[in-house]
Amino acid sequence: MRRIKLSVNGVTYEHEVEPRLLLVHYLREGLNLTGTMVGCNTSNCGACTVLLNGQSVKSCTLFAVQADGHEITTVQGLQSNGEWHPMQTAFHENHGLQCGYCTPGMILASVSYLKENPNPNEEEIREALEGNYCRCTGYENIVKAVQQAAGQTS
Amino acid sequence: MIPVAFDYEVAESVDHAIELLGQYGDESKLLAGGHSLIPIMRLRLAAPAVLIDLGKLENLRYVRDGGDHLKIGAMTRHRDLAFNEMVAQHCGIVGYTAGLLGDPSVQHRGTIGGTLSHGDASGDMPSVITALEGSIVVQGPNGERVVKAADFFQDYLVTDLGEQEVVTEVRVPKLNGNTGWSYKKFSRRSQDWAMVGVAAVVERSNGSIGSARIALTAMGATPLRATSVEQALSGAPRDAVAEAAQSADEGTSPASDSAASAEFRRHLARVWTKRAVEEALSR
Amino acid sequence: MTQAPERYMGGGLPRKEDPNLVTGRANWTDNIKLPGMLHLAMLRSPFARAKITKLDVSGALERPGVVGAFTGAELADQWPGGVPCGAVVSDQQNSPFFSPIVTDEVRHVGDVLAVVVASDRYTAQDALESIVVDYEPLPPVVNMEAALAEGAPLVHEEFGTNECFKYTAGVEGIDDLFDAPDDTQLEGGGVRGPNVGGQGDTGEAMRRADVVIKERYIQQRVLPTAIEPRAVVASPEPGHQGIVMYSSTQVPHLLKIVLSLSTGIPENEIRVVAPDVGGGFGSKLNLYREEIIAVVLAKKLGTPVKYVEDRSENYQATIHGRGQIQDIELAANSDGKILGLRVKLLDDMGAYLQLLTPAIAVSGAALFPGVYNFENFAIEIKGVFTNLTPTDAYRGAGRPEACFAIERAMDSLARELNMDPAEVRRRNFFEPFDEPTANPAGLQYDSFNLQAVLDRAIELADYESLRAEQQRRRESGDPVQLGIGFSTYTEICGLGPSQALAGLGLGGGGWEAANVRMLVTGKVEVATGTSPHGQGHETSWSQIAADVLGVTPDDVDVIHGDTDAVPFGRDTYGSRSLAVGGIAVYHAANKVVEKGKKIAAHMLEASEEDIEFEGGRFSVAGSPDQNVTIQDVAGAAYLAADLPEGMEPVLNESMIYDPPNFTFPFGAHICVSEVDTETGKVKLRDYIAVDDCGPVINPTIVDGQLHGGLAQGIAQALYEGVIYDEEGNLVTASMVDYMIPGAPELPNFTLDRTVTPSPSNPLGVKGVGEAGTIGAPPAVINSIVDALSPLGIKHIDMPASPMRVWKAIQNAQGKQSGDRQIDASLEASGADIKQGR
Repeated sequence: MRRIKLSVNGVTYEHEVEPRLLLVHYLREGLNLTGTMVGCNTSNCGACTVLLNGQSVKSCTLFAVQADGHEITTVQGLQSNGEWHPMQTAFHENHGLQCGYCTPGMILASVSYLKENPNPNEEEIREALEGNYCRCTGYENIVKAVQQAAGQTS
Repeated sequence: MIPVAFDYEVAESVDHAIELLGQYGDESKLLAGGHSLIPIMRLRLAAPAVLIDLGKLENLRYVRDGGDHLKIGAMTRHRDLAFNEMVAQHCGIVGYTAGLLGDPSVQHRGTIGGTLSHGDASGDMPSVITALEGSIVVQGPNGERVVKAADFFQDYLVTDLGEQEVVTEVRVPKLNGNTGWSYKKFSRRSQDWAMVGVAAVVERSNGSIGSARIALTAMGATPLRATSVEQALSGAPRDAVAEAAQSADEGTSPASDSAASAEFRRHLARVWTKRAVEEALSR
Repeated sequence: MTQAPERYMGGGLPRKEDPNLVTGRANWTDNIKLPGMLHLAMLRSPFARAKITKLDVSGALERPGVVGAFTGAELADQWPGGVPCGAVVSDQQNSPFFSPIVTDEVRHVGDVLAVVVASDRYTAQDALESIVVDYEPLPPVVNMEAALAEGAPLVHEEFGTNECFKYTAGVEGIDDLFDAPDDTQLEGGGVRGPNVGGQGDTGEAMRRADVVIKERYIQQRVLPTAIEPRAVVASPEPGHQGIVMYSSTQVPHLLKIVLSLSTGIPENEIRVVAPDVGGGFGSKLNLYREEIIAVVLAKKLGTPVKYVEDRSENYQATIHGRGQIQDIELAANSDGKILGLRVKLLDDMGAYLQLLTPAIAVSGAALFPGVYNFENFAIEIKGVFTNLTPTDAYRGAGRPEACFAIERAMDSLARELNMDPAEVRRRNFFEPFDEPTANPAGLQYDSFNLQAVLDRAIELADYESLRAEQQRRRESGDPVQLGIGFSTYTEICGLGPSQALAGLGLGGGGWEAANVRMLVTGKVEVATGTSPHGQGHETSWSQIAADVLGVTPDDVDVIHGDTDAVPFGRDTYGSRSLAVGGIAVYHAANKVVEKGKKIAAHMLEASEEDIEFEGGRFSVAGSPDQNVTIQDVAGAAYLAADLPEGMEPVLNESMIYDPPNFTFPFGAHICVSEVDTETGKVKLRDYIAVDDCGPVINPTIVDGQLHGGLAQGIAQALYEGVIYDEEGNLVTASMVDYMIPGAPELPNFTLDRTVTPSPSNPLGVKGVGEAGTIGAPPAVINSIVDALSPLGIKHIDMPASPMRVWKAIQNAQGKQSGDRQIDASLEASGADIKQGR
């Protein structure tokens, strides 16, 4: 067992964890933050995407011990003062989700990307979301949502 | 898809990592970005007894001007390189290729030292460093040594890295204004591994080709130089590219798998070499 | 003054489902934690076929945290019904007993031979490695034609054959298509069946025809790949003997029944809850062995048990879709008019029969004639066992396969006759109609206007310009060639009339239930038997109820997915929800209004006949000032202080609606592709889809369904395909190797619609869940073949991977180079599986 101390959605936690505990399981089962899900187990699908120090990472391919000392943001940490993050609003308004299982990861990957490239074109958005699979929407409305959130409501 | 239990050590410095490697020997594995290692641990195809985490070695995360070359710290994340201005200015092929690896979330974790140490011939960065004739700085119990890319990649998943050695830095040349580059990756999906990749670094000279360095991804057990194409292009006019590219697969030994037959990979290497050199000449 | 009522139906209301989903508050089955909950892990076979000669679980039991380890023999008496199959398509169907845990022989990679129950999932997984198994590997059968060959190894020895069933369209006089030599002129007679049947004389049609197109198409297996893997929590219900099963399922009501049939637990002691479900696409339309095991062990151990599959289990153990070999013959005259069609199908069952396995191909049988009106049709289907994962419903389930065959054949016919592919379709279309009209298989299509959708698609595509560009590229020898592919399709939705379903071997039960109740405060609860998992029923059903009741969608709460909360239901699959379940809501809400009228008349002291209802207000005809709101009426009905004599209190009305017919959406799709002839890579430049699903309740949701359906159809055409090696190992065992497409791989879609109401229900709605998946695969392949046709290329199998396309070009150019053999062995040789980055 190993002691870790990290911040998740602005709250500091300290826990003893087994080194092999995956970050996604620490979040889901240790902290009950069930907005982060497992989809593929092979770092392809992105359902488990969270932000580590503000950058998107796949929490199924990260041990909880590797997050020691870092800041994690899950979808539950996106709201501020009860207000949705603009990306959450954009997904809702553009019907960028159906079953919703990929949605938290998709939203977080998009939030992360817009920090790197605030004014992406459609092709760049599609490439930036290459690591997040959605089986319901065909992606078109997801792309529109990200465009809206980026202030490009074209 | 749960890994077998292991012990975990955090390396506080490169020397500490080397010491831990000495202590645990071949039971241990270095953990950098983890995006090669953790998936195979989850499939229980790898079960190291000890992981030595390099994640705290922030001092290995840098891009520095080395005069005629760039020094890139081994723990520099792919995404850092994709957005690094010095890299974009002096050796754009490295930043461009880093931005092609996996996907952005993978690039946020994966490191240049990790991908080179893994020595996967389907990896894009090994070919790029090979085409650049870059070098890899390795530190071990007996100090530091600098290994040429051509000598570093030895076989499939086998590198020149000794049991107690750690990659600390990658050095790539600054490309001058007469040198164009291209990395062409062929894959079915954007996030996939390259079915075939071609790295081309081409020097232009008085309207024709001065010299060309071409390295192939996924065409053998290691990154392979397309030497006969390079020879054919040396001093050749620009319209020689299509014909020269026809020998791109000479001396290669690509695998057949569910993505592509060896024959198709050979064909793609020829087509992609032509397109990569043409792109390099225009960039 | 009277204000016109706001119409919510037809408006793109943002979904009510979204807030929980975008904020991470959804309730997935894997979120459920119950006191004392244990975790279940499966020991799965690494062999496609082997005898188990030794099985010892004692090592697992010794590990800390392990509560139990079980073999099939120990639990055999707990599941007398095994894993049930609910489809019988032939009197002679061979239906094996499907044991949740096998006892003697494993029959596919991923078959379950023992299980462990432990305190947490890591411990359970570790303990599997302590189970000792000796296998005696046996040669497997991994493809259908080999399975039917003389002397083939038998998947189920007790049957003496690998044939599961033979289905011959239920008509007399058709020779045995399967056993006849390929060039035999087959005779056929017969009559129109009630739903599926052959008619006419296809043999005579073939002889009379100017041209007969004979082709073989392969419907490769595909993996449904809902992003949420399957999950189940079984819990002994406190207080009585029953079981609560939380399952990531599309079909809680069906599960309640079949779980009872499997285990013998009385149906009334079972409650099934479908929490938020992360996609299904047919793959969660099944009672799975893992669910039965979880229930049995929860009962046996007296504590909740959870099982969550990982993705490699999902790919090995959740049903696969498609899996057909289609031999088809299309006879036509030189003017393009079709004279007859006959179809021979081999349909891959896999190793066992899941809930609907034998019915999938059969339910699509009558759709092979597509949208074309001609005389002679015959079909035969053979179901075949193989040592592979069982197949079952995947989005479209039988209809995409049928549509692909006819639409590919229509293009071949056009090419053979040197005719425009749009024109050859037009010449065979049904004329527009709005009353049921039989197709060549006897299926009663409800309403069509095919000419309108095709015209619109051609207009949107700017077809003439595309052809001009294609010509330019051909003439200039551009390495990137342009292809234009058509698909005009129909499908069966609104499953379905109970009698018709029974005729398909599905027993019946095609109705749907709804309860609409108004609470004392005037708010509305709609309980629906449909079980949405992404389709947005909460929103659409609210729109329907709001319009009927004259309230707002926000006033309406939709309850679903719990057999206690909604006792009757037939769940969600086959694009049935709106045309059956939505109509049930519509009728139940109208019943509320009818009862409300009586109460309003009483309150207003008027006669019921004089009461008008509009915009949520009951008023007296001619005296609009005399009125009460529906909320007032709901309150009065609830308090029941002053109701008409003998009236039952409360506005609480139910409807169990059995539709009179299926519904038949239709559409015209045009795929525009750019084919890089040097690399074989296909890029979709545009995809135009003009669909007609009748009047639309929520256009935003309908477009979303089309987008997703198109994505899956394009995925089958270009990217996805299950690969097994010759030992029966699944090569595409993770998302690394199985090519579900991402955002960069798909185009934007150009959508439009026409509206041809169905005469089968009062809203005229048809359904849209599978349209894209059905229309897209032939449009995509037709476009690629169109691009390459100057080379003499006539067909490319799905998925049209770069290597396949390149190879087709090589072969067409006469550069065969032995690569074909490489490919043949490759698909059966196993990939080098790459992991990580």
